[in-house]
Amino acid sequence: MLVARTRRLDLAEDALSEAFARASDRWPTGGVPVNPAGWLYTTASRLVIGGLRAEAIHGRKVRLLAVDAGWVAPASVDELDTLDDERVALILLCCHPAVHPEARAPLALRLVVGTSTEEIARLHLVSVATMAARITRAKKKIVIAGIPLSSPVDDELRARLDGVCRTIYLAFTAGYAPARGANLLRDDLAGEAVELAAILHGLVPDAPQARALYALVLLQHARRDARVRDGNLVTLSDQDRSLWYDEELSAGMELVASLAPSEGYAEELRLQGFIACEHARASTAEDTDWSAIASHYLRLEALTGSPVVTLNRAVAVAESEGAQAGLAVLSGLDEALPHNHRLPAVRAELARRAGKIDLARASYDQALGRCTNDVERAHLLAQRNTLDQAH
Amino acid sequence: MKYFVMLAGDGDVGSWDTLTPEEQQAVMAQFGAFDEACEQRPGVELLGGEALEEGTTATTLRTRSGEVTVTDGPYTEATEQIGGFYLVEAPELDTIVELCRVLPAYDVEIRPVVDFG
Repeated sequence: MLVARTRRLDLAEDALSEAFARASDRWPTGGVPVNPAGWLYTTASRLVIGGLRAEAIHGRKVRLLAVDAGWVAPASVDELDTLDDERVALILLCCHPAVHPEARAPLALRLVVGTSTEEIARLHLVSVATMAARITRAKKKIVIAGIPLSSPVDDELRARLDGVCRTIYLAFTAGYAPARGANLLRDDLAGEAVELAAILHGLVPDAPQARALYALVLLQHARRDARVRDGNLVTLSDQDRSLWYDEELSAGMELVASLAPSEGYAEELRLQGFIACEHARASTAEDTDWSAIASHYLRLEALTGSPVVTLNRAVAVAESEGAQAGLAVLSGLDEALPHNHRLPAVRAELARRAGKIDLARASYDQALGRCTNDVERAHLLAQRNTLDQAH
Repeated sequence: MKYFVMLAGDGDVGSWDTLTPEEQQAVMAQFGAFDEACEQRPGVELLGGEALEEGTTATTLRTRSGEVTVTDGPYTEATEQIGGFYLVEAPELDTIVELCRVLPAYDVEIRPVVDFG
């Protein structure tokens, strides 16, 4: 009896995995079916049924897939509307709180963007085996624990949107500034996160956090080609602005302008969007309205209490009021950011500008001791060397 | 699907003995509300549930290399101890998660039950 049962459980899991795999193979090239979740469910169900063959399929046994209640498109819903609803539901499924946080973004990339497991592993800087196991565990958890594909009209969906946006932004930042390794930018991963944000915004256009997220990643991603030159980091002020994608910047700015004041994560994203807009608006680095940026950061700081925001504000204050004023904003951050390499890196730069050479040198050393990204390290080292040459 | 719902530790509720009679009554009312909520929810069936005696009254059997040892005390050595359980039939996880919000604020672990069909 146990054997029979185990075989059936395997069958259900395998069937869903297989359905996911087929979806990943087909959807990116052949297009997403009219009802993707229904397609997955139907495909998996057929596989289960095929595997069980002669056995009578009682409704309850097919329910091994566990997700049936939400998966089967409700008959009452207009067929035309279900496409979008089901796609939201698929993203939401990946971001269900009962799914391990580390698996959410990979699962979303796999199922909604169709990225291969190999690629996701590379992008997340883990081995393929590790990523495959992580994704398999998450899918198994979804099947066995009975995590449903939520109905998108549910309030629960709205409640989970913040988490979905955070997941997508996490995937984006993972590509925008990978923590370690030889590449400064993994714009392929960032690009996929932008695509996810676009899908989400398209599906729930009235949701402020989804709109703000899409605007923000569009604005930041538009600068991708200008961020690295000959394998070296190019800071915002030195970037060749002709390499920025104007259409993406315009689209992002238009979206930000359409955002009403909000609260919570949506407001955080909106304020970050304002800042990105200020950079996008400036035709040269000198034209940047740093005092406007500093005031946006001040609001963001009040909202989040994040020391990283304070660090960014210090840069804006230094640009608008001078290096000394920027250094003053940095004081007190060391305790909150004991391992962050950007804090000493910013302090070094500001100290250099303020003529405090000893502080600058000590800070560069501290930053180099903490930084694990090869390209950023090279940049810091070069800066430190100019210090030695000048003095 | 069948779910085993374990109520662990005291969470925000506090140890039973420390509660005033009014508080105990309020907690019992929440258990009653859970029963009610399960009954009214389509596809959900409360199959069973009991409160358990203190962890100190537990006996644990462990088998190591074929040898069974019987020891005094609960299986978990952590402070979180199972104080009661429910066995609930529900269509999927979100339904049972939602229903459990009605319960007193114990820590709750929800575990799918293997259905041997």
